[in-house]
Amino acid sequence: MASKNLVRSSSGAVRRAIVVGGGLGGLMTVIKLCEANVPVLLFSLVPVKRSHSVCAQGGINASVNTKGEGDSPQVHLEETAYGGDFLANQPPIKGMCDAAPGIVFMLDRMGVPFNRTPEGLLDFRRFGGTLFHRTAFAGATTGQQLLYALDEQVRRFETVDVEDEHGVAIPGEKMVQKFESWDFLSAVLADDGACVGIIAQDMKNMSVRAFRADTVCLATGGPGIIFGRSTNSVICTGTAAASVYRQGAIYGNGECIQVHPTAIPGADKLRLISESARGEGGRVWVPKDAKDKRQPRDIPEKDRDYVLERMYPGYGNLVPRDIASRAIFKTCYHEHRGIFNDKTGKNENEVYLDLTHKDEAFLRKKLAGILEIYEKFAGVDPYTNPMKVFPAVHYSMGGLWCDFERAANGSLVMGSPRNQSTSIPGLYAAGEVDYQYHGANRLGANSLLSCIYAGMVAGPAMASYRQSISTSAFDLPASIFEKAEKRERDNYERILGQNSNETDAENAYVLHQELGETMLRDCTIERDNAILDKVLGKIGELDDRVKRVRVTDTQSRMNQGAQFVRHLENMLVLARVIAQGAKNRDESRGAHYKPAFPKRDDANWARTTLARHKTVGSVEYIRAFDYVCAGKSVHITDEIDLSLVKPRERKYEQAGAASAVAQGAAASVPPAGATTANAKLEVR
Amino acid sequence: MSDRLVKLRVRRQDGPDRPESKRWEEFAVPYQPHMNVISALMEVQKAPKTTSGQTVAPVVWECVCLEEVCGSCTMVINGKVRQSCSALIDQIAPNGETITLEPMSKFPVVRDLMVDRQRMFEDMKRVKAWIHLDGTHELGPGPRESQEKQEERYSLSRCMTCGCCLEACPQYGPGREFVGPFALSLVRYFNEHPSGAMHAGERLETVMGNGGVEDCGKAQNCVEVCPKEIPLVDSIAEVGRATTKRLLFGWLLK
Repeated sequence: MASKNLVRSSSGAVRRAIVVGGGLGGLMTVIKLCEANVPVLLFSLVPVKRSHSVCAQGGINASVNTKGEGDSPQVHLEETAYGGDFLANQPPIKGMCDAAPGIVFMLDRMGVPFNRTPEGLLDFRRFGGTLFHRTAFAGATTGQQLLYALDEQVRRFETVDVEDEHGVAIPGEKMVQKFESWDFLSAVLADDGACVGIIAQDMKNMSVRAFRADTVCLATGGPGIIFGRSTNSVICTGTAAASVYRQGAIYGNGECIQVHPTAIPGADKLRLISESARGEGGRVWVPKDAKDKRQPRDIPEKDRDYVLERMYPGYGNLVPRDIASRAIFKTCYHEHRGIFNDKTGKNENEVYLDLTHKDEAFLRKKLAGILEIYEKFAGVDPYTNPMKVFPAVHYSMGGLWCDFERAANGSLVMGSPRNQSTSIPGLYAAGEVDYQYHGANRLGANSLLSCIYAGMVAGPAMASYRQSISTSAFDLPASIFEKAEKRERDNYERILGQNSNETDAENAYVLHQELGETMLRDCTIERDNAILDKVLGKIGELDDRVKRVRVTDTQSRMNQGAQFVRHLENMLVLARVIAQGAKNRDESRGAHYKPAFPKRDDANWARTTLARHKTVGSVEYIRAFDYVCAGKSVHITDEIDLSLVKPRERKYEQAGAASAVAQGAAASVPPAGATTANAKLEVR
Repeated sequence: MSDRLVKLRVRRQDGPDRPESKRWEEFAVPYQPHMNVISALMEVQKAPKTTSGQTVAPVVWECVCLEEVCGSCTMVINGKVRQSCSALIDQIAPNGETITLEPMSKFPVVRDLMVDRQRMFEDMKRVKAWIHLDGTHELGPGPRESQEKQEERYSLSRCMTCGCCLEACPQYGPGREFVGPFALSLVRYFNEHPSGAMHAGERLETVMGNGGVEDCGKAQNCVEVCPKEIPLVDSIAEVGRATTKRLLFGWLLK
């Protein structure tokens, strides 16, 4: 029998849910919970307005068909499933694509300054893996504008009172209470294994504290920092996901890591140059003569090799990211045809991304945000000079395994407590931290969408879950929370005190650099089993050395050094999941590519990688498991629900290949308004 | 590998309640091409030793995106407030000059170069910086907007709450109520949106009393330091006109 009073527990406490993470996924979850009348504690490592979603540039997909090209959510579904090389369950994708136009309209109502058509309607541009104009955008800083819009809505809920069952405001209780500058340490699990709260650390005074919650959602983003330098923000260490994985949550498809084809090489970060640069007509090329010393502007058309247009005439510069990255990697690494540097006498790992043929006023309206970044950080004017770019780790398709409940129409049963549930009852995941929507490769501009959609699904699911539980977390004995709190406090003390011996002391930042170099070099675009063995060996070595890290800072205020040790330990755990998963999967699928196994192998590998933690240094890969959701036992296998779009070979050489329903229209007629070189190639 | 060093002089403080711990420390780290202030501080983390050979705690500072879009890493560099990610060593110390790093002075120090800008987020509540939404359920598209209006609003939407305008503003600071340029610009941003305009009066009221638009001293420092070139002075003038109008004729609306 479920608890009667959903506002207060028997002890009189306001029954809250917890959301960890204040990016798009977390904020959308918070809003949906508030709308379902569930008060929320929102935890974030940084002020939520500074979350990594702010870095998204190009836009958000929705098949609104403003340009009259015949686009539809069905085509969006097909292209997303195809783009992901058939590794994702299809009902969640269908739910997402069907909901996409509504999501973009909602954001529009929130006041996001989306670019407009002359009639004042939402404008859409092209992105990778499709021939349609499907991407709504606000200049080239769309993630920033979307994050701010949700942040503003959540801020409004910070001023809204919690009301009791009679509609009377409870003094001092607001619908949202924020805990910013707090680091998530672990989930609190009750005796039956259900998640009933979290342990977090206040970075301002390093105190460790337990918080009760009827249900918890992790929206803590991706683990890109495992690869050292990437396009990710420094906070994207994956530590929260790793922590609950260590507590028993299953991790799905960890090996599927997206490498974005175009980023600016840098000492501290590889800054993204959005796919929208190519969506608006940008062309990737290298000189035909590998030793060409001329300035790019002086190299005539006939002496340029437009690599992607030559290799993939159907989609040209807008092939999906895994394909573009491999092509650029091949050009630079295997063919040694990267841009020639006269000073070093070497072919650098760089290709040109060229927008100089486009009108400057047009570029300023649509791409100013990213061109500013190039100008500021590379110190070269991209309006008149082709940019120099190279691929960089960008996004994790893999993440915490999440459930869904399939509806009769192939979509999701909205409000089912199974949606977005991890394998730990009561613990949900939404956003890049989940594994749900992108399979083995994500299409550009689908991530902002999947984060928001996951939040839209997770909120109602958590509200349902909360109704199903018989005892509120707020009525459980304090001992459960005290024990969990003590464990984490002891762990923190261990980090502060370990290895006082200065002679063999290790530095966590140095170890992280070594981890990043290994992962980036050997576990990204091309993977080889013998080399992956070495990667695993290196991770093992770092597992040992991390125990000898000695922190030089023992202060109890904003101790970032000690915090980083904990994050590093967790990064090592996930690095192993990624590398071992990559080694196991003897095929090539989406972003996971092994030259020794160049084909997709559906007979053996059309299945989800399910990783379960054993101990540090050991991962178990399982084919099935059972978990309990809202009182019902659910049997899960690694089989993928491919019932909506039948798997077929993925080929982008031919226009329209990504969608069977759209094939006729897209292959024979160029999309309206497409006047780029790519479109000309398509109609050939 | 060159022998060139990047020299940093860092203002340190262990906490807001520890003014006695305020001190300068100097570091020197190996130069790399394309280095910025953050990558120099990251090198300090890997070997946290001062130039006088003392092992110390790594410098504490705030950073997230490293591409000047999150606003976190704002600090005072060689006397000028700016983001440290876009402070390139080649530009600020081309000949190996010592670079001085200090925390912003208008906010409480958390530790070293990190300050607490919570007040900015509180002031966003004060000015009701949001569109009052009926709900997130499907209600069709939002209002139509001209391209011209979108461009104007877009330029205002890029405020990343970094605090540069407040650091530079002579009227803003601890013990003073003035909400500052960024908040006034947000009033304009939301009042310009067709749905936001439905609550324009309410929003204007929030900046009509103490700490509101009248407190602006018209120094115009804000617009000089805004990294996103937001037309802050125009926004303040715009909000000033609107509040005056409301003050004079507002009673007619009641």
